[in-house]
Formats: sequence, structure tokens, C-alpha cells
Amino acid sequence: MNMETITTDNWILTVGTFLPLVGVLLMMFVPASEERTHKQIGIITSAVTAAVGVLTLIRFDFGRSESLQFFVDTEWISVIRSNYTIGLDGISLPLYFLSMIVTLLVMIYTWDNMPDAGNPKSFIMLMLVLQVGMAGSFIAQDLILFFVFFEVVLLPMYFMIGVWGGEQRQYASLKFFLYTMFGSALMLVAFLALFFQTGAESFSFAHLAEAGALIDRDVQIWIFAGMFVGFAVKVPMFPFHTWLPDAHTQAPTQGSVILAAILLKLGTYGFVRIAIPMLPQGAKAWAPVIGILAVIGIIYGALGCLAQTDMKRLIAFSSVAHMGFVMLGISTLTEFGINAALFGMVAHGLITGMLFFIAGSVKHRYHTLEINRLSGMLIQMPRLGWILGFSAMASLGLPGLAGFWGEFPAILSAYNPNFGLDETLYRVLMVIAALGTVLAAAYLLWLYQRTAFGRPNPEFDSHATHAVGAGVNDDHHGADIHDVTPIEWIAWTPFLIAIVVFGVYPQLMFDVMDPAVSALVERVGAGIP
Amino acid sequence: MIASLLAQAWTAPTIDWHAIAPELVLVVGINLVLLVDLWLDEAKKWAMATITGFVLLGAVIPVVTLAVLGGDVRDAIFDGRYVVDEYALILKALFLLVGYVVVLLSQNELEEGGYYQGEFYVLLLVSILGMVMMASSRDLMSVFVALELLSIPAYMMAAWRKRDVRSNEAGAKYYLLGVFASAILLYGMSFLYGTTGTTKLTEIGAALSGDLSAMQVFAVVFVIAGFAFKISAVPFHTWAPDTYEGAPTPVTAFLSVASKAAGFVALLTMLYLGLHGADEVHSPMIWVMAALTMTVGNVVALRQTNIVRMLAYSSVSQGGFILMPLAVMATSAAESALRAVVIYLLIYAFSNLGAFAVIIAVARKTRSGEISSFGGLMSYAPGLGLLMTIFLASLAGIPPLGIWIAKLQAFRALIDAGSTSAYVLAIIAAVNTVIAAGYYMRVLRQIWMAPVPDGDTTPIRPASSIWLALGITAGGTLVLGILPSLVLRFADLPDLTGALGR
Repeated sequence: MNMETITTDNWILTVGTFLPLVGVLLMMFVPASEERTHKQIGIITSAVTAAVGVLTLIRFDFGRSESLQFFVDTEWISVIRSNYTIGLDGISLPLYFLSMIVTLLVMIYTWDNMPDAGNPKSFIMLMLVLQVGMAGSFIAQDLILFFVFFEVVLLPMYFMIGVWGGEQRQYASLKFFLYTMFGSALMLVAFLALFFQTGAESFSFAHLAEAGALIDRDVQIWIFAGMFVGFAVKVPMFPFHTWLPDAHTQAPTQGSVILAAILLKLGTYGFVRIAIPMLPQGAKAWAPVIGILAVIGIIYGALGCLAQTDMKRLIAFSSVAHMGFVMLGISTLTEFGINAALFGMVAHGLITGMLFFIAGSVKHRYHTLEINRLSGMLIQMPRLGWILGFSAMASLGLPGLAGFWGEFPAILSAYNPNFGLDETLYRVLMVIAALGTVLAAAYLLWLYQRTAFGRPNPEFDSHATHAVGAGVNDDHHGADIHDVTPIEWIAWTPFLIAIVVFGVYPQLMFDVMDPAVSALVERVGAGIP
Repeated sequence: MIASLLAQAWTAPTIDWHAIAPELVLVVGINLVLLVDLWLDEAKKWAMATITGFVLLGAVIPVVTLAVLGGDVRDAIFDGRYVVDEYALILKALFLLVGYVVVLLSQNELEEGGYYQGEFYVLLLVSILGMVMMASSRDLMSVFVALELLSIPAYMMAAWRKRDVRSNEAGAKYYLLGVFASAILLYGMSFLYGTTGTTKLTEIGAALSGDLSAMQVFAVVFVIAGFAFKISAVPFHTWAPDTYEGAPTPVTAFLSVASKAAGFVALLTMLYLGLHGADEVHSPMIWVMAALTMTVGNVVALRQTNIVRMLAYSSVSQGGFILMPLAVMATSAAESALRAVVIYLLIYAFSNLGAFAVIIAVARKTRSGEISSFGGLMSYAPGLGLLMTIFLASLAGIPPLGIWIAKLQAFRALIDAGSTSAYVLAIIAAVNTVIAAGYYMRVLRQIWMAPVPDGDTTPIRPASSIWLALGITAGGTLVLGILPSLVLRFADLPDLTGALGR
């Protein structure tokens, strides 16, 4: 167990997290009509934030990724023993950095692709606030601080879906909000219960991870139940997942990308960082439940995908399945499984984020996402078609691309679960999860086949319309169809490169995470008699 | 003989003038406003609001100097029946600040309505004087006097739009039920005095321990029920929605914040100093009332279409949250419970007043109280829209805006107590937080997502006094949410009980 902390460069996390607020402040003083200025401020702010992120990567001591670095611990709400404690280790570094990069790329994408409702001022301000909440959640090392950041995310996302979303946006946004709110209310009760059961001394992660293990097993199970609901709603795990397809389908492209790439990870990160190390016995008791629900999620999500007629909704359901693999890896409580889960979180963020970008662009061009009406994308827009194919392959877990290293080890880890968990059960789960990958291949290839292969739907054939129907039919369905634009290339290339790089050389990330994960599993093991 | 009588004659008690300076400033101010009103031209009546504002700010000065200078000496003036400690000071500051914001809110409404400005401000000041006294009262007599002093002007203020039937209804309902509550309270107090032989709260507290007589049980029940009317706890809440809807909006803001806070302060003092030994009687009672209040308030608020009525029920439900920690005040969580209530009152005041300020600003344009009249506010008045978002999100308890820390404190007290019943109440409260989010979000949905109802997008230009009120309340909501330590330290249990030797 290594609890030492490194405090050099300790300004860097605070600056990196709160810098977007400077952009928000600036934008407040610029009138809403100057849309270009707002977009510029948004891009510059998130670029500078990402630059701080790069600097964080450079200054990070990769040789000691198991200890908290850039550590700060100052007084915040002393009466309730909550401090402003922040730090970064190998578990949170990839997610922290990912959040910054995703926000930057989404911001660039917004330059050309503002959702129909307009008003970039509010839209970009909300995205910047969202970024603060996301980055903050990954650096917080104090339960109350974590809770605050975790909740900061809520309102901006609610408005993003509700104002800039699709037809059913109000329903979807409220559903998202109430589900999450319910989860976090129970989670807060669980946090407080944990605090008092450990002697009401401190909310810091380090303290709770040590003291939490000493709580009675029965009490741990109850507290874990509260946290379970909070985090499982966010992940989302079956049966708390029903908000996700609605939210994803209705959200604007930017919202879907951020939701898939970062927001869902707050839930899984909460399990890895908070629930499991602080309540080892509770975790052990709940692990089979998590495993079973995860596998149900995998199969249910895949079957859901097969039934969808809307491309975006299909991708949303595939998220449920993919997060199932992540949760299965976590539920084994093995070093191997948790590493796979963390890798899977980043890989899913990149791949599903990319798929949502593509869905957004398809919608932008065809004004529909109905799979039946789309076809022949490879002919009409070869580059976009290829990118879709590439992302679909990555998503189904093709070896050599990032998705593989999240799924395959997660399945493998279930062969041999840790701490005397029921092997038979987990091996059954393993087999079912492996079947899930077959289904994943089925729905993704089917999607690709239907949308990209074949002849273009005459309805959208711009040439045909111009040649034959000119004058007769002024409704140029195909008028907006064009291949990938420069802005899209800028926003997407980093995703595509990362998917390949992490697919070919996964060690890049495993090396960072592994020391931290092994310390974590060791600590959990120490807490289980 | 006469000489000997004179020799041991009555001597005036030593009075710490500094300690009661806030009350004195208010008393002088009340007379000043009354007199100036008599001699002032009708055309210059606008000056009344300014003078009232200065009186309230003037009364803050001694509060600040008292807080800075501190000193145990003045903890127990008048034989410990009137106490000026940190707990009292922070609440006095709260009441004076709330009064100031209400003056800012009333200014335009009264000028335009041609109402009786001078009289209104006098009554407002009297009511605030009652509240300021309540913060220091530690005796049945002074508690009751303060309560009546703050209530009676409020009855009249509720009926201030005297040509409006609904305002009359508001005043009449509030008056009748308020008087009824006072009677019950007084009845209970008389039992307390009768069975313990004293009116001083600490002495009652000492006498009320161990086995209670039947009469004492009744006394406690009556006293709690009497206060339950004041804080509009279910099932004693029925006056609140009608009164809140009918009264002029600034008065509603005043009632739902200051009047309610004063009721809670009285309840706190009674519970912690006088009735702590009778917890077997009042703890279950408060538990049930808290659970009912938050649930009923929330469920009914969900169905409201009028924004003021919705806020009225929301304020009922918030009252349940404030009441919640008091259900465990007799356990080891006493200190967290006290802190939770005080913090809640402070921050709730900012957020709720702010929400009313936005309503007043918007209603000047839309002339409507319907929630739908807020449609599309974000598109033509983004400033007000954003502020309303802050206030409502705070009321919903979303960090890092104000009330989250108060809710956290309330939960913390319950879980600190650790009993099963406390956990059950915490779960009920958690579920209620979600229900509450439902109706706050409904208003936000109108503001952000709905179209402008009649296409009228002329910008709203609130008066500068409204902007000032919005600035104070938004600042408080944000700053206290992010740095709650600024006020958390004021609500320490030793302050309230330590000086009195409990």
C-alpha cells in the first residue's frame, strides 16, 4: 500500500480544472449576437485548457503513477471536515486528459455544426461549465468535493439536451435529470453514512479507504447499496439504463459525444475509485450482482441494438452493452479486470464518441437517421463511409484497434475472479459475455451493411434530382450531401489516431494505470478477511 | 418606615446599551419613519423606502460591532432571559438583511400601486423588530411578545392590496389561523409555567426532565403545534398557499422567508433550552411533521400552474427539510442539527428571496403569475433567466449553489444520529429531493426551452432597486454555496447553551 503523495507543481490541476470558467466570464461580457467571437473564445479556452492538460502529462511522474501527484490539501469546509483535496494518479490521469481533449474537439466541431436552436453563447458557456465538472470529478480526492463536481455536470447537460436536442428533447432531458438526481441523492446519504461509520474524521479518499475497511460487513453492504444506485444510474447499468437511449438520441451531437466519452465514465470511475476501495467487503458481497447485471446489460443492449431503426439510438444501446463489459471487468475485483475496465472506459469514450460524431454528420447531411432510408454511403461519401466502417470495427472489438483491449481482457478476467468469488458463476458470465461480442459484431456489421453498402437511396441522390427532376422537384433532398469537411477532419483525426495507437500499443495506457490498480486491488484484498 | 423602604427600594437593572443597540436603532427608526411620513408630501413618498433602508442598515452596524467585539459579559443580560450571543447575532443580521431586500423589492410595487407607503414601512420595521427580538429571547414571555410583534403587522401587510378580494382573503386567513395558533401556543405555555413555576427557558429545561406529567405532555404538544402553524408545517399549513398567493408579492417573499425563519428560531430556542428533556414527546411529533411536510408540500407543488403558489408549496416543503434535523435534536447529533437548521435558514433566505425578485421583475412585464408566462425568458432576458436558474437550482439543492450545503447538513445530522428512524427519514428526504427537482425543473424548462407565449419579446428593464436585490441574493447564493465556511461557524451549540450553563 503506497499512500505517499507528490506535491510538486500542485497549481497545475486547479488551473487545468477551473480555466474554462475564465472563458465563461469573458463570454458573459460579449453580446449574444457575436456568434463567431463566442465560438473563438470557446475554442481558445478549451485549447489552452488542453495545453495545460498536455503540460500535466509532461510533468506527471510516470514512474510513480500509483501515488497521487500534484497533490493539494487545503481547508475548505472545516466544520464538516471536508477539504479541497485534489490529486492525480494513474487511474484518473487518462480520464482527466480525455475530458480536456474531447471538450476541445467538440468545441472545434461546433464551429461548423451549431445545433439548430442557435445561440452559441449559452451553448458554449454550458460546455465549458460541463468541462469544469468533468475534470473536477477526476481530480477530487475528497468525497464532498467529488460530489459537488459530480453534480455540477448535471445542469449543463440537462440544458444541452433540453434546448438543443431533438423532437422529444424535453422528455429526454427531464428523464436524464430525475434519474441522475435520484441516484445522487441516495449516493449522498451513503457518503454520509460512510463518513460517520468511519468516525466522522475526514472525507478524504485516503482516510476513508483505510477506515472504511474496518466497518462491519453488514453495514458495508448497506452503504455500498446506496453508492451502487448512484453510480449505476450514471454508468448506466441494467435496469437503471432507460434514461440513456432517450438522452443520447435526443441530445445534440456535441452532447452525445460528451455524454458517451466522459459522463458515463463518472459512474464506473466512482466504482473503481470510491465504492470498491472504501468498502471492500461490501464490494465483495455485491460483485456477483454487479457481474450478473453487467452481463444482462451486454445481452440486453445488444438485442436492443438489433431492434433499432434509428442509427443514433442503436449507438446508444451499444453503449449499454459496452459499459456492461466495463462493469464485468470491475466486478471480478481482479487487477486484470479493473485494468481492462479502465482501458475499456477510455476506448469506449473514443470509439462511441466517434460514432456519435458520425451520426451527427449523417443527420446533418441526410436530415434523417433512419437506417432504412440510408444506403450507399460509400458511394456518395466514401471518406465518411470508411470512417464509419473503421469506427464500427473498433466498436465491435477488432484486434488491433482500441476496443479490443477493453473487451477481451474483461471477458478473460471473469475466468478467474478474485477474493474467492464464485468461479462457476463467473465462468458462466464469461461465456455469455463472449456471446455478447458476437451479437456486437452482428448489429454493427448489419448497421454498416445497410447504411454504407448498396446503391444510394434515390431519394437522396443529388445528381439524379438535378438531372431528371430539375424544375419539377425543387425539394433537393440530396443538396446537403458532401464528404467530410476540413473542420470535421480536424475534430476527428485525433480520435482516429488514438484508436489505432492504443489498439496497436495498449501498453501505453496499461503502464500508466497498472501500478495504481495493483495498489488498489492490494488495498481491497487487505480489507477482506 | 418609608425611609427603610426607600433604602431597599427597587433599583434599575444595569442595562448593556450596546447589546440592545440594534433593537434601539429600530425603535428610533420606526418613530422616525412614522413622523416623517406625516410631514412628507405625497409626491415625495418615495423617500420612505430609502429612509427605511437606512434604518435597517443602521441597525446592522451595532450587530457588526457586537460580533467583532464579542465578550461574554453581554451573553446574559436581564438575568439570562435576553441573550446576545453569536447565534443571536447572525440571525439578527439575517433578519435585517432580509428586511432590506424586501424594502428593495417593495419600492416599485408600492409606488405604482399607490399604496400606503409610510404605513407599510412602519409595519415592516415593527415586524422586523419582533424578529430581531426573537433571536435573543430566552424566556416564555419575551418569546411570545416577539412572536406577536412580528406576526400582527404581517397580518395587515398580507391584506395590503385592500381592493383586491384575494388579498383580503390572504390577510383574513392568515390572521384567523395565526391567532388560533397563538392561542394554542399560549395555552401550552401556561401549562409549562403552571407545572414548572418559571418562565425562564433554561429553568423550564431543568425542571422538564425525567418523567413528565400528563399536563406537561399536553404543554409540549400545544407549544410545538403552535409553532407548527408559524412555520407552516403539515398539517398546519393550510393558510400558507392562499395567503402567499393573495398577498402582494414582496410581502409573500417576506412571509415565506423572514416570518418562517423567525418561527424556526423560536422553535429552536424552545427545543434546545426548554423542551430538550421532553424529547420522547416532541421527537416523534417532529419526525412525522417533517416527513409529511416535505412530501405533501412537494406533491402539491408538482400540480401548480401559478408560480407564486408553486413557490408557496415549495416553501412548505423546504420547511420540512429545515424541520427534519430537529427530529434528532435530543441525540448526540444535537449540534449538527442546530447547525443544519441555522445554515438552512440563512441560505434559503437568499435563494428564495432571489426567486421572488425575479418573479417581481418578470411580472411587471407579463402581468401574469402563470408559470407559462416565463416561456422563453432566456431568449429575451438572459440575465434574469440565468439568475432564476441559479435560484431554482439552488432550491433544488444542486451543488455548488447555496442550499446544497444546507441539505447536506440536514442529512448529516440525521445520519450522525444513526438510528433507524433517522435513516428512514433521510431516505424519505432523498426521494423528496428528486420530486422537488421535478417542479423546479419545470420552471427552468419554460425559461430555457419553451417559446415566448405571446411573441412579445420587449426586453425587461427592472428598476435599479430590483437589480440590487438580485445582486445581494445571487451573491449570497453563490458565495455561501462555494465557501460555506464563512457562516458555518456561527451556529455552534455552545453559543446557544454554553452561556446558560446547560
